[in-house]
Amino acid sequence: MITVKVNKRSHTVEVEPRTLLVELLRDQLRLTGTHVGCDTSQCGACVVHVNGKSVKSCTMLAVEADGADITTIEGVAEGGKMHPMQAAFQEHHGLQCGFCTPGMVMSAIDLVRRNASPSETEVRHWLEGNICRCTGYHNIVKAVLSAAETIRGGSR
Amino acid sequence: MKNFQFHRPKSVAEAVKLLSGNEGAKALAGGQSLLPMLKLDLAQPTDLVSLAGLAELREIRVDGTNLLVGALATHDEVAASKPIAALARLAGGIGDAQVRNRGTIGGSISHADPAADYPAALVALGATIATDRRRLPADSFFTGLFQSALEPDELITAVHFPVPERCSYVKFAHRASKFAVVGVMVVKAKGGVRVAVTGAGSRVFRVPEMEAALGKKFAPESLDGIAVAADDLQTDSEASAEFRAHLIGVMAKRAVASA
Amino acid sequence: MTAGGIGSPVKRREDRRFLLGKGQYTDDIQLPDQTHAYLLRSHHASARIASIDLTAARQAPGVVAILTGEDVAADQLGGLPAGWLIKNKDGSNMVEPPHPALAIGKVRHVGDPVVMVVAETRTQAREAAQLVEIDYEPLQGVAHLPQAVASGAPQVWDEAPGNVCYDWHIGDPTATDAAFARAKHVVKIDLTNNRLIPNPMEPRSAIGHYEDASEHYTLYTTSQNPHLIRLLLGAFTLKVPEHKIRVFAPDVGGGFGSKIYHYAEELLVLWASRRIGRPVKWTSDRNEAFMSDAHGRDHVSHAELALDERGRFLGLRVDTLANMGAYLSTFAPCIPTYLYATLLSGPYAIPAIYVEVKAIFTHTVPVDAYRGAGRPEAAYLLERLVDKAARQLGIDRVEIRRENFIKPEQFPYQTPVALQYDTGNYHATLDLALKSIDYPGYAARKKASASRGKLRGFGISTYIEACGLAPSAVAGVLGARAGLYEAATVRVNPTGNVVVFTGSHSHGQGHETTFAQLVVERLGVPIESVEVVHGDTDRIPFGMGTYGSRSASVGGSAVFKAMEKIIDKGKKIAAHMLEAKLADIEFSDGSFRVAGTDRAKAFGEIAFAAYVPHNYPLETLEPGLEETAFYDPGNFTFPGGCHLVEVEVDPDTGLVAVVDVAIADDVGVIINPMIVDGQAHGGLAQGIGQALWEECLYDDDGQLLTGSYMNYCMPRAADLPMFKVGNHATPCTHNPLGVKGVGEVGAIGVPPAVINAVLDALEPLGVKHIDMPATPEKVWRAIREARP
Repeated sequence: MITVKVNKRSHTVEVEPRTLLVELLRDQLRLTGTHVGCDTSQCGACVVHVNGKSVKSCTMLAVEADGADITTIEGVAEGGKMHPMQAAFQEHHGLQCGFCTPGMVMSAIDLVRRNASPSETEVRHWLEGNICRCTGYHNIVKAVLSAAETIRGGSR
Repeated sequence: MKNFQFHRPKSVAEAVKLLSGNEGAKALAGGQSLLPMLKLDLAQPTDLVSLAGLAELREIRVDGTNLLVGALATHDEVAASKPIAALARLAGGIGDAQVRNRGTIGGSISHADPAADYPAALVALGATIATDRRRLPADSFFTGLFQSALEPDELITAVHFPVPERCSYVKFAHRASKFAVVGVMVVKAKGGVRVAVTGAGSRVFRVPEMEAALGKKFAPESLDGIAVAADDLQTDSEASAEFRAHLIGVMAKRAVASA
Repeated sequence: MTAGGIGSPVKRREDRRFLLGKGQYTDDIQLPDQTHAYLLRSHHASARIASIDLTAARQAPGVVAILTGEDVAADQLGGLPAGWLIKNKDGSNMVEPPHPALAIGKVRHVGDPVVMVVAETRTQAREAAQLVEIDYEPLQGVAHLPQAVASGAPQVWDEAPGNVCYDWHIGDPTATDAAFARAKHVVKIDLTNNRLIPNPMEPRSAIGHYEDASEHYTLYTTSQNPHLIRLLLGAFTLKVPEHKIRVFAPDVGGGFGSKIYHYAEELLVLWASRRIGRPVKWTSDRNEAFMSDAHGRDHVSHAELALDERGRFLGLRVDTLANMGAYLSTFAPCIPTYLYATLLSGPYAIPAIYVEVKAIFTHTVPVDAYRGAGRPEAAYLLERLVDKAARQLGIDRVEIRRENFIKPEQFPYQTPVALQYDTGNYHATLDLALKSIDYPGYAARKKASASRGKLRGFGISTYIEACGLAPSAVAGVLGARAGLYEAATVRVNPTGNVVVFTGSHSHGQGHETTFAQLVVERLGVPIESVEVVHGDTDRIPFGMGTYGSRSASVGGSAVFKAMEKIIDKGKKIAAHMLEAKLADIEFSDGSFRVAGTDRAKAFGEIAFAAYVPHNYPLETLEPGLEETAFYDPGNFTFPGGCHLVEVEVDPDTGLVAVVDVAIADDVGVIINPMIVDGQAHGGLAQGIGQALWEECLYDDDGQLLTGSYMNYCMPRAADLPMFKVGNHATPCTHNPLGVKGVGEVGAIGVPPAVINAVLDALEPLGVKHIDMPATPEKVWRAIREARP
C-alpha cells in the first residue's frame, strides 16, 4: 500500500513492488496522458515531475514514489488555462502526432524552472532524453525558448 | 519484470543486513541502470533494498583537500558541485536530464558499466571509494565488465576525490545510447599526471605511456606518436576496436588542451 | 484570402487535447473485462518449428487462451495479403508466398510471431509466454541482398528460386543502349540505400472486441487507414462481412508508413476475442516494434548516366535489388517499382531510361513504405550520380542541374518511365534555396570552418516526387488491387455548422485544422463552426487513408467536391426562397445572392430551410443538407524542389555536424503554411537521420543487431540545426485545390544533399565515395583509405 499525491489529489493504492510509476499512473489512476514509447528509458514520452523534478516514470518503481508529490501532464494547466509551456507548443506548432508531447512539455517545464533564460543550445542539450519523430525539433525548440520568455515576463 | 520484495531500510547497517546472506538481493539507488535491466529481465533479484531513506549518503562537501561526494548524490547534484569543474561537467553530460535527476554516483559505479563516464573520473583523479566496511582505491575498484571489487552485500557510502591542479574529461558519445564510445579523463596533480579511458575496453584503464609523456610536458603534442593498441578494445556496431584506439589519442589530446 | 481559410497559418485545433494529456490513443483505451495478449516471437532468423509444448504455460496464473499457427489454420483465417501484384519481365506473376498470422512449420525472421498468449494482465501473458517451450531446428538464414542472390544462398521460400520475388523492368532498353552508344561520357555509381526502421513514437496497439449478441467485431487500432484494414479483414483474413466489422483508429501517434499495413496482430486480437468472448488488447513494446513493424528502404543499386560533351544527360541505366524481407507486406511490391523506378527521371529531361528491379526475399522483417517510399531511393541515386557526373566532367554542380532541368515551358512533361509531370519550376526552387543559404557567402564560411579545424562541405539535391496516390484506373493497370480515390461527407447541421467526415486519417498531419480551413474558405463559415471527423469506419462512408502525401490532394479534393454539391443544392434552395432563377444565384463569402442585386440568403438560413422545409421546393428537392463525394485523382501530383545542406566534418573523429539546411519546395497551393513548414521539418530530420545516423543492421545470418534505441540512432534535438524552409508554388493543374503534398519532401530531398555535402567536404582529402549512414567510423576510414 502506498500513498501518492498526483496532481494535488492524494491516492492510497495497492501496488506490486515491480509496478512502474508509469503503470500506476496509466493503468490504475487512468492518467493516460503520460505515454510509454520505449523500454530502454530513452524516449522520454513518460516524463512526469516527482517532487518538482522531471523523471522518467518508466524508470521508477511506484513504491519508490510512496509519499511523493507527482505532477503529470494532466495537472499542469490551471483552471482550464494552459501553462505557458503548453500554450507556446500550440503557438509555435511544437507538436504533430502529440505522443511525445506530454513528456516533452514536462521536461521543458523543468528546464525553464532551473534556467530561466536557456540558449538554443541549452534547450537542445536538455531535450536529449526526449525523442520526437514528427517535428524535427525545430518548432519544439522555438516553443521552449518562447515559453521561457513568457515565464520570465512574469505572466505566470 | 519478475516480482521481488521491496525493502526500505533506515540506516546503512540495516541495508547491509538486508543484503547480506541473500544472493538474490540487490541495492537500489536511483535505479537508472538497474531498472532498465530489470525491465528486460537481464537481472532478476528476489529482493530490492532501496537506499532512498539513507539521507546521510546524499551530501557533497569539500573535506580538506578532497571533494567528498555521497553515494546517493545524483548526477545532477554533482553537475552543480565545486571545485572540480571537469567532474561537474562530466556529470552534466551523463545520459539525459531525467537520468541525471535520479541516477546516483554510487549506483553508477556499483554497476561498473564499461561505457559509463564516472569510472574515468574516479581512476584519473585517484579517488577513494568508501564503503560500509572499508576504503578502496579507484585503481583496483573496477575489475571487469560490469564487475567491481565490491562484495555482494557491500554498500558504497561516498567517493573521495582529491582536488587536482588541472583536469579535463572529453567524451566521444555513442550516437544512440549517449554512453561513451571513448571517454578520456586527464588529470594533472601533485602526484603526477593520470590518464584514464572509459568506453573503449571491458573496463576503465590507464595509459601509462601517455601519463609519462605528459608528466614531462603537459601539452597535447606530447601525445604525438603514442598509439594505444586495439587488441583488447571493444568492437560493436558503433565503433571497431581500431577506431576506438584512434579515438583515445584524439580525445586525450583534446582533454589535455582543455584541462 | 478568407480569414482562417486557405493560406492562413491557423493554430492547430487538435493541439489542446494533446497538450492537456487528453489525447486518446489505442493503448489508452481500457474496455470492461479486457484481456491482454502477448506474442511470443521467433528469436531465430530461420528455423523449423519441430514442436510447441504449451503444457506449463497453460498452467500459469491468469492464462485465458494460448493460440498457435495450427489454431489459425484450423479456424481457416486467411493469410495477410499483398495489395499489389507486380508482373515479371516475362509477363508471369510475382511470387506471393503465404503469410499466416502465426507462423506455421517454419519461422522466417527474428520477430516472426509463433504463439499468442491471452491472459488477465499483460504481465501474466508475458510470464506465461516464457513457459512456452518451442523446439526449433535452426536453419541457415540470409539477410543481405548480395548474399541472398548469390548461388547456393539459403532459400527463404521453396517457391521463390534464387529468393526472387519478381524480376521487373521499365523503360526502353534499345533507346537507352543507343543513348549510351553515342555518349561522350559515362558516369557509373554503386550505391546502397540503408534499411531504416520507421519508429513512430507510439508503438502499435490493437484491441479486438467481438460481441456475440450482435456478431459484431470492433477493432481499435493504430492505423493510417482504417477502411483498408476493414476491407482486408472482411475479404481476406478474418473473412466475415464488412458490415459486421468496425475499425476505429483513434488518435494515432505517428505512422510514417509503418501503420498503413494490415498486421497480424489486428486479425489475432479480433479472432481471439471471438474465441474467448472478451476484449483482447495487444500493445507492442519498442523492442517488439523493431522486429515487427515493417522496415523501409534497403536497396543495392548500380547506375550509369550517359552524357554528351556539354554535360547534357542522354540516357540512364539502373539495376536495383530491393529487399522485401521474409513476407510481402501490404504495399511492398509497388514500392521499388511504381514508386521508385518511375521517379528516376527526377527533375531532368533524360531522353532514354531503362530500369531493372529484382525484389528479393530474405530472412528479415518485411520491408514496405516508409516516409517517401521508393522516391527517396530514386532521388538519392540520381542526385549522387549527378554530383559524381559534375565532378567527373568538371562542371559546376549547380549548373549541371540547371542545364538539365525540365524547363517550365516543357510542362506537361512525359518521362520515359511512365509518369507525366503536370507542372513545376525547378529553376525557381533552385534559385530560392541558393539565396536562402547565401550561396555566394559559402567560400567565406568554408574558410571560417577551416580555421576551427573543420572541413566544411556544401551539398545540393534537386528532386521530384510523385504524390497524391493515385488515379485508380492507372494504378489498376499497374497491379494495384484496390482503388486509390478518397471519400468525404460534408454534413451541414440545421443551425449552419458543419461536420466533415473524411476518409483521410490524421496521425500528426493536422487534418482537423486544414480540412476545416477548406470549409472556411469555400462555405464561408467560421472555423469554430467546423468539426472534422476521421478514423472511424462506422462514421465515415469510406476511405483509403493517409500515406504518400495524399491527404490534401486527394482527401482534401473529396471534401471540396462534397462542398460543391452542398453549394449546388444550396443554390436550388436559395433560388426557391429568393424567387429567382437558379442560373442567377451566386455563392460567395457564405451567402447565396441573386446576381447583380442585394437580395441574398445567408448560408445558415439555407441550412435551416433545408431541415425545416416550410418554404422549400419539396417536389423537386429532398430536404437535408449533407453530401458525400468520392474523388479519384486524374494524375499523380509532382512536388519537387531543391535542398541545400552545409556540414562540418571533424577530420580527426569523422563526426559530421549538419550546420545549415535551406530548402525550397514546390508543394503546390499551401493550405496552412505553419503546418506545411512543420511537415518539412519532420521529413528533414528523418532524411538527415537516414544520411548520418539511422541504420537497421542485421548480421549475415539474419540476427537483428539494432534492436533498441540503445543502438538504433534516432535523431535528437542536439543533433539538428534550425531549418530554413521556403516555397515556390506552381499549382497542381488537375485537382480543384491546386495542392501537391508536403508530407515526404524532407525525407526524399535531403539525404543526397547531406551525403553530397560530406563528399564535398572530404574531396580535398581524396575521398570519392561513402555510403549512408555516414557514421564517424565510416568517414574516418574513408579519409584514411584515401590518404596515400
